[in-house]
Amino acid sequence: MELAQQLINGLSLGSIYALIALGYTMVYGVLRFINFAHGDVLMVGAFAGYYLAPKMQDIFGRWGTLPVGMAVLFSAMFICAILGVLIEFFAYRPLRKHARLTVLITSIGVSLLLEYGGQILFGVNVKPFPDLLPTIRVPLGLGLSVSSNHLVALGVSGILLLGLRCLVLYTKFGMAMRALSQNRDAAALMGVNINAVISLTFATGSALAGAGGILYALNVHSIDPLMGILPGIKAFVAAVLGGIGSLPGAALGGILLGMVESLIGGSAISSYRDAVAFGILILILILRPAGLLGKSTPEKV
Amino acid sequence: MEPVQPKGIKIILILSVTTILLSLIACKKSPENVGVPSIPIGLYASLTGAEASFGIDSLRAIQLATEEINNHGGILGRPIKLIVKDNQSKAGESSTIVRELISREHVVALLGEVASGRSLEGAAIAQKSGIPMIASGATNARVTQAGNFIFRTCFIDAFQGKIMAKFMNSLGIRRVAIMADISTDYSIGLAKSFAAAFSALGGQIVAQQNFSEGDKDFHAQLTALKGAKPEAIFLPTYYTYAPLIISQGRQIGLNIPFMGSDGWDSIEFLNIGSKAVEGTYFCGHFTTDNQDPTVQNFVKAYYQKYSATPSSLSALAYDSMKLLADAIGRAKSTEPTKIRGALEDTKNFPGVTGSITFDKDRNPKKPAVIIRIQNGKFTYLETLSL
Repeated sequence: MELAQQLINGLSLGSIYALIALGYTMVYGVLRFINFAHGDVLMVGAFAGYYLAPKMQDIFGRWGTLPVGMAVLFSAMFICAILGVLIEFFAYRPLRKHARLTVLITSIGVSLLLEYGGQILFGVNVKPFPDLLPTIRVPLGLGLSVSSNHLVALGVSGILLLGLRCLVLYTKFGMAMRALSQNRDAAALMGVNINAVISLTFATGSALAGAGGILYALNVHSIDPLMGILPGIKAFVAAVLGGIGSLPGAALGGILLGMVESLIGGSAISSYRDAVAFGILILILILRPAGLLGKSTPEKV
Repeated sequence: MEPVQPKGIKIILILSVTTILLSLIACKKSPENVGVPSIPIGLYASLTGAEASFGIDSLRAIQLATEEINNHGGILGRPIKLIVKDNQSKAGESSTIVRELISREHVVALLGEVASGRSLEGAAIAQKSGIPMIASGATNARVTQAGNFIFRTCFIDAFQGKIMAKFMNSLGIRRVAIMADISTDYSIGLAKSFAAAFSALGGQIVAQQNFSEGDKDFHAQLTALKGAKPEAIFLPTYYTYAPLIISQGRQIGLNIPFMGSDGWDSIEFLNIGSKAVEGTYFCGHFTTDNQDPTVQNFVKAYYQKYSATPSSLSALAYDSMKLLADAIGRAKSTEPTKIRGALEDTKNFPGVTGSITFDKDRNPKKPAVIIRIQNGKFTYLETLSL
């Protein structure tokens, strides 16, 4: 029974990882580098939610908590989308023609900038994240139950994942993005506006990170300027686990990682949770270097 | 055409100019009372980072104590010069800054730290250099075992563990689960001493789960603890984690009392935990409810200076500075070895956290207070000693 309970916990944690992992994998798909600042965008999303929640309560409060929650979620996603576009424009675009390693190091720089800039701007102390929605236990029968926040995390992630899938498969932007990930020069020759697509990719990925930030903060009840580091790394692992560059892979990797973490976290070896999670990553990469759903391509480096 | 200057040389030039400027700033002496040399005392604390609130509470109290001492003519007619360094709450930083305090600032004694892990770093160096050190909130037994130059103003983990075991036993609790932070000496030490003492009283430890620094999601561990059906959960962690764990515990339906240790004693605990921490208990060093005039004067002075009520850590830090000043006065010297000797001979020093006499391990003998969280406030429940 406890096992099933842990799997339910893991599914909700994993769905948040999946949301964040998508941002890594999308950027990797179009630009072929890992945006290490992605986890910190999540932190900015959570802080946006923290500061906006009282304001949204004033505006939408009279219609109940659901509109407030949704307003906070969407505004945090919007702020993160703008932040993502700005990061790309100022930090990565000038380096477009440089070696990928240069951009990678720059992304670590941006990450540190956000973390320590956040400490100056928001203060170093941990802040309590407001309960946007009333928290209740939803009984599932058989002695199992799930917290409403977990359900919200699962539901919102599910909807966003589906939305992203439609965006990528059935829209012009999605097609342009896929074209770009196959061959940037050829896509440019076919009239795809490379800069616009890259900006939009960052906007989409960062918006998902913003949503992830809100959901994560709702579940752990607190935020601080360094909160993005750990989920950022975990989501990166999830993206690699599922096969970096593959969107379904990122989702699968995230959910898998969340479940493994929950199972280990509730066992006798709980203190080795991260060690086991990363051990599994190493094992999978040895057996399937391209990740679970990744296509192995000949290395060009 | 302009002469071409290679980029490398430019960078070297800029770097060397900056270095020279910086060293000039570093060498600049601050103006002091002419003729009377001040007594340099070093404080290392976590002024930023995860446990910033601890460090700032200590710093404020020590600054208050220093001011009071200097306003009354200093010690041996000399003012105290407090030199403060920040370790950013990070492991490894304290040893660097303590070395700096000793070798560059030539401090005659050291104050710090609140955390046991970081105090251990400083203690090793203070002992080797023969500089007396008084830790304020560091409750791990190993801190003063670093050597005969290391003292503290707080009780130790083993004592706290035993007190909490005695307290839970007195409430009639028989089945307890433990959740500990395995990345701090503090949490591991407390979990161990509690488990031993509680079992000795006939209680049962039904489960133990661990987490490590940086973890935010505790649902997995809490679900496992809930499965063991405990009557209370012992949570010996700092205020940064405890309220998160309690809130998440309430979320999964763990509606039993959580019991903690002095690491909870920060106003942040109440801010982060809000309603979830209602009805929890911990043992602390100090309560502002104590009507003793020494305590009330301290609370008043602290409030006047900072418009805030002092925490336990403020009280312990305040005592550490006053104790040190008292020892320097009795030693009639600023010789580190003589200060150490005088510290060791301290008898019934009237501190705000109780009367302090050191035992043979340089730990003070004093009781603990049990604090209950009621109506969003820390309220005094009882005083317990073994």
